[in-house]
Amino acid sequence: MSYLPFAVAVYLFLIGLWGIVISRNLIHLVVCLSVVQSSTYIVLLAVGYRAGGTAPIFLDVPVGRRAVDPIVQALTLTDVVVGVTVSALLLALAVQVHKRSGTLDPELLTSSRD
Amino acid sequence: MTSRGRRGLFLTGAAGLALLLLWGTAGLPDFGDYQHLYGLTLNAESVAATRATNAVAAVTFDYRGFDTLGEEFILFAAVLGTALLLRAQREEEEEPPEDMAPDRRPPHDSDAVRELCLGLVAPIFLFGVYIVVHGHLSPGGGFQGGVVLATAPLLMYIGGEYRGLRTVTPEAPLELVKGAGTGGYVLIGLSGLWFGTSFLDNALPRGNAGDVISSGTILALNLAVGMAVAGGLVLLLTEFLEQTLVLRSRSRK
Repeated sequence: MSYLPFAVAVYLFLIGLWGIVISRNLIHLVVCLSVVQSSTYIVLLAVGYRAGGTAPIFLDVPVGRRAVDPIVQALTLTDVVVGVTVSALLLALAVQVHKRSGTLDPELLTSSRD
Repeated sequence: MTSRGRRGLFLTGAAGLALLLLWGTAGLPDFGDYQHLYGLTLNAESVAATRATNAVAAVTFDYRGFDTLGEEFILFAAVLGTALLLRAQREEEEEPPEDMAPDRRPPHDSDAVRELCLGLVAPIFLFGVYIVVHGHLSPGGGFQGGVVLATAPLLMYIGGEYRGLRTVTPEAPLELVKGAGTGGYVLIGLSGLWFGTSFLDNALPRGNAGDVISSGTILALNLAVGMAVAGGLVLLLTEFLEQTLVLRSRSRK
């Protein structure tokens, strides 16, 4: 049981990579990339979890109450923001690819270049 | 390489990678068995030191403030890149986009959706401001609140008021808001130098933990980030919408 979060992260990472490899649509590919990235959220949050800990916010609980690690939560926040912006940039590229070649299928794109 | 060959190659590599990952994570401490000194120290000390009751915000905007500046620039660069990519193409198009179904009228908007969405714009905007301003006290902050703020114009679009959306979010002020947010972060960082300490040092008066006006630069940085994120996301949104909606709003008259 204590190993489950890391196994989930490994699973998400690999299933996302698999999606990228077999992808036949650039938008699907960008979504798969964000699945890969979500595995890093799980690793970060799992590493910082403290059994029985509350959120590291001491507004209505006293300082000294058992709480989870705030550092990895801040890192996850950074991770989410970067993930969103990268997705936006990649989707803009997908829009451009579709305009120029009329297809979103990466396989057709490679063959049209030959 | 054929598609089948590529899959075979990937599966072989992925099997090895899976073994390595499982082996590597097996050496990590058990889930919930937390022993890191930094997190424990921050949870014990950060409220007294920064007067921010949200320890995550204290880490993001005080202890790791410099990293968040880098994150801010990533956001800035990505929005800039997206805008450039989508804009270059628009200028190349000499003729307006072709209406593929000129004989068909756009579907009628649902009154229920319209009223609900337009009615929610103001409350959502207020909620976004609340999330930004209370970032140092409770869960939330500039990044989260900025996203909530950006959904207010999105609701206008869902409500069928694309022209209204363009009226309340003209491009130039949005770029100004985004630039001011990102530049404001740097200026607030420089204020540390003004007070004779170091870049991004929390040199402002900190007040009492739990007050809305407290924790010095953490609140100020949250406001700057909130502006940057909200401006950036609405810019992204309008750039993507411009790609398809020019046609629809024209054929609508």
